[in-house]
This record gives sequence, structure tokens and C-alpha cells, in this order.
Amino acid sequence: MLKRHLLILITTLVCGSAFAQFRVEVSGVGLTQVPIAIATFRGEESAPQKIAGIVQADLERSGQFRAVDTGGAAMDEGSRPEVSTWRQKGADALVTGSITRLADGRFDVRMRLWDVVRGTDLGGQSYAVVAGDLRLVAHRVADFVYEKMTGDKGIFSTRIAYVTKVGPSYNLWVADADGESAQSALNSAEPIISPSWAPNGQQLAYVSFESRKPVIFVHDVATGKRRLVANFKGSNSAPAWSPDGKTLAATLTRDGGSQLYVMDANGGEPRRLAQNSSIDTEPIFTTNGKSIYFVSDRGGAPQIYRMPSTGGNAERVTFTGTYNISPSLSPDGKWLAYISRVSGVFKLHVMDLATGATNAITDTTADENPSFSPNGRLIIYATQQQGREALMTTTVDGKIKARLAGQGGDIREPDWGPMQK
Amino acid sequence: MKQLVLVAAVAVFLSACSSTKLDNVPVEDKSGSGVAQPIGSGAGTGPAGERAVTPVAVEKSRVPDAANRVVYFDYDSYAIRPEFQALIENNAKLVRADKSKKIAIEGHTDDRGGREYNLALGQKRAEAVRRAMGLLGVPESQLEAVSFGKEKPAVMGGTEDAMAKNRRAEISYR
Repeated sequence: MLKRHLLILITTLVCGSAFAQFRVEVSGVGLTQVPIAIATFRGEESAPQKIAGIVQADLERSGQFRAVDTGGAAMDEGSRPEVSTWRQKGADALVTGSITRLADGRFDVRMRLWDVVRGTDLGGQSYAVVAGDLRLVAHRVADFVYEKMTGDKGIFSTRIAYVTKVGPSYNLWVADADGESAQSALNSAEPIISPSWAPNGQQLAYVSFESRKPVIFVHDVATGKRRLVANFKGSNSAPAWSPDGKTLAATLTRDGGSQLYVMDANGGEPRRLAQNSSIDTEPIFTTNGKSIYFVSDRGGAPQIYRMPSTGGNAERVTFTGTYNISPSLSPDGKWLAYISRVSGVFKLHVMDLATGATNAITDTTADENPSFSPNGRLIIYATQQQGREALMTTTVDGKIKARLAGQGGDIREPDWGPMQK
Repeated sequence: MKQLVLVAAVAVFLSACSSTKLDNVPVEDKSGSGVAQPIGSGAGTGPAGERAVTPVAVEKSRVPDAANRVVYFDYDSYAIRPEFQALIENNAKLVRADKSKKIAIEGHTDDRGGREYNLALGQKRAEAVRRAMGLLGVPESQLEAVSFGKEKPAVMGGTEDAMAKNRRAEISYR
């Protein structure tokens, strides 16, 4: 626990977006953070989105940047910054830019990144987009800065899916990675759980209870077309995509008991992966598609296991505690995030798979359903704060957390989508 | 449910009418004096005269009320407590007597723990009741065990009492 809790509150401006239902709160102190100044983009005051604010919130949420006050500096991508001024402010990098409305109604967004330690221009970007894509542009600017400064791909322009329950109504949402610009993909009077992004980022598999039992749909997000892929006798749940997007692993009870199966992602006859009298569920594929991590109570209590994705011998992965569920793997296969019950409360844990060392990385007590960002640097998860459901992101070391706070109703079941083209 | 009863009532009413016409009224009498003619045992006969209406009551549903379709479970348990044996037998008897009846046994858990794992735990409760009914002679084809996990609590709140009410299997007639 950090004694001094640095709380930075960034209120992203609503600006007429009907779906702006999130406030981003970043808390914690990282060990190595790049101090970066992001100047207000010229023309921003009359633009529908405050680009600099979105970029700053993105970079701070990553845990790898610390915002430096720009003191209201008026600059754009064409300005040559006075290096000594910015070094005095403690910045290592500076982002400048502009936003201009074009004759056809679109917006021209330009930006430039400066290394103010060396006084070098690290490159720039320009985009011409409709107003509805301005937040996406801001996320792409953040991705550009992130990659230039850290060498890793940024994930700010990716999408997340999650589920809300407001009164009797359930919604499956697709939103920006910061939780904003949420659009409802599915509304139902019955529960929706376990959304899972296809590797192509176009489809979601999920479990819907709309027919008074759990069945699995694959849903094309852009068109709204959906296909019932698993509606076998009993319960159908926990869909997980193979990395090539051709196969779904799922938990079916058609032959009695919750057991693992794989099937064609278009539907078809499932093939059973294992046969036992215990619960096997929550499968996930490794990035190379060769193994499946899953939860089983074969040892008497739920633990995480790994087995070949064609079936075969399972080896136990978690050994501490008596309740370890909901595995998520970092894409590089180094980290396993999961939920562990410790002293009666449910906490997000991260295991270094090379050493088996585990860490509880939250101070909340009802954590659920972790999901790694596609660059493996952040984990999104659901939890409860002050008795209400919330979505959080955290760095893998747990040092920097951000709350994507929904307004009204409960929010749960986040799944982080793949890198976008 | 209400709608279903209504549909059933209309269906019964319609079939009563048509059977009168088709079975008891000779086609060739239609344009003649057939309407006023006394006709055997159909509607419009007897001392009540030709405008008589025969009341039809849709048979009352023999499905037990909600309280008699829920089996409660202990914490972390899938064993059917002895006090629910009679309830399960009553439901089994009903289903066995009517091959057209299908039931879903819906398993539920309290709200502690993960959604998918709770779905699997609820399934175990549903399957325990399904197996009990199977042992009582109900054919598999009339039974389906499904789970709602922790998604459909009967009672809100985290008290021990609320959680006990949520650890259940509901027998649902379909």
C-alpha cells in the first residue's frame, strides 16, 4: 500500500457526447515515468473533442508517463519549442498540435512530438477525419507518442467490451479503451456474460440468457448480425477464441457436468477436450494456440490448469489458495492474471509464469474477470467500489490504476479487444 | 402465461364450434331450414333453446406454485436436503404423467465468486435435481438442467439469509 496516494483527477470534457459516461481517475505512483508536457492543441477550444486532454489521460493511464503542467503554452505542430523552458518545467518530451475544421466539415488534426532533453523532433502525424472519429484520432496520437517513447505498441486506439445492468436491462457495450464513446451492441432483458473479442476485432462471442438458458452467440459488431453457435442441451458458456479465429473453446454440459469442448467458430459439432466428473471451465488459448489454460476443481477446489489445445494431460498452474479462477494471459505468455480468494475476499493476482511468483495487485475485495491489453502492459478488470460495480485498469505491477467509472447501474465483464489495424 | 391460457381458451372454443358444424350439421342443410332444426347433442339444442352457450373452462394448470418448485442448498453443497425429497417427487409425478410436459431445472448460486465458475456450480445443483428426478422415473427427454449462476438472485443483498435463498434450483415448466 502506498502511504502517499497521489490522486490525479482528470475530468474528460463531455462536449455533447451522449455516451460520455466515464470519468478517468488515475491513482498510484510508478517507478519510472516519462515526464511529458502536452500542450493544448491550437483550435481545440472550438473543436468537438479536447485532443490534448484525451492524449494526456491515455498516457497517464498507461502508468509510464507523468503529465507536466504546460502553463497554458500556446503552440502547435509548427512551433519550435524553447528547449530550456521545457527542461526547466521538468519535461522530457513535449506534444504539440492543432485541430482545424476543413471546408467539407471534417477536421484536420496535426501533431508533433519533441524530445526536449536532446532538442530533437521525434516526428509527427496528421489525420483528416469526421467529428465522430476525433476521439479515435486522439487515441492514435497517444499510441504514436507511446510507441516513440517506450518502443512498445500503444493500445489506446483498441476497443473494450463490457456489460452493464441498469434496472432490468442488460447492455453489451463496445467502447474505446478508456471506456468512452460506448455504443450498445446488444440490449436484452436477460443477463449477458463473458464477452470475448475475436482476434480480428470485428466479432464478439458471448453468453446470453435470452432463451432462459445460457447459449453462445457470435456477433458481428459493425453489422449487428449474430449467429447462435452453441445451443446444446444444458448450459453453454465461457467462449474463447483460438488465435487464428477459426475455433471456439467453450464449456458445455450437454453430456452432463461442465466440460470443455472445441468447435468451429461458425458453429457445428463440438469435440470434447477432456472427460472427467469435475468442473472444467473458463478456457483460454495461449498466443501460439497450442495450449489452453482453464479452471478445474478436479483437485477438490478450483485451480488453474494448462493442457494441450487438442486435449491430453493437464498440469496444475496455481498452487496457492483454494479458489483460483478467471485466467487471462499476457500475449507474450509471461504473465497470468487471475482471481484468487484470499481470506474470503476476491483479489486480482498476477503470476510470473517463469518463476511461479504471484502478487495480489489490488486493495479491493470483489475483483472479477481480468483481461490483458493486447500489448500486455495493462489489465482491465471489474470490481466493486463503495458497493458499486466499477471497471479498472491496472499496470501489471499494480502500481498505477485508473477507474473507468460508469454512471448509473452496474458494470462488469470487461474484455480487451485486439490491436486495431 | 396469461397469454398462453387465453390462446388455449380460444383454441378450445374454436374447436367446439367447428366440431358442431362439421360433425353434426349436414352440409346440404346449410341453405335450407337446417339452422332451426334440432340437431342431436350439439350446441343450440336442449331446453335452453337455439341460443344456448356451453361454457368451457380451461383446465387449471396443475403446475405446482412457485414455492413448491424450489430446492434450496447449503453453502458449497449440491446435496439435496431430505426435506425437499417430497417436493421433487411431486414434480416428478406430474411430469411422468404427462409426456408432453418438459421441465428445465435452473440452478443458481449466491453472489460470491466469479460468474463463469458460479455458472458451473449452479449447473451442479440443477443436475443434482435432474438426477433425482431421473431416479424417480422421469425420462431424460423431458428434463433439461441449466444454470443461471449468480446472474438471477431471488433476493438481493449480501446477508447470510439472502445468500441462502439464492442457493437454489428452480423447477421450471416449459
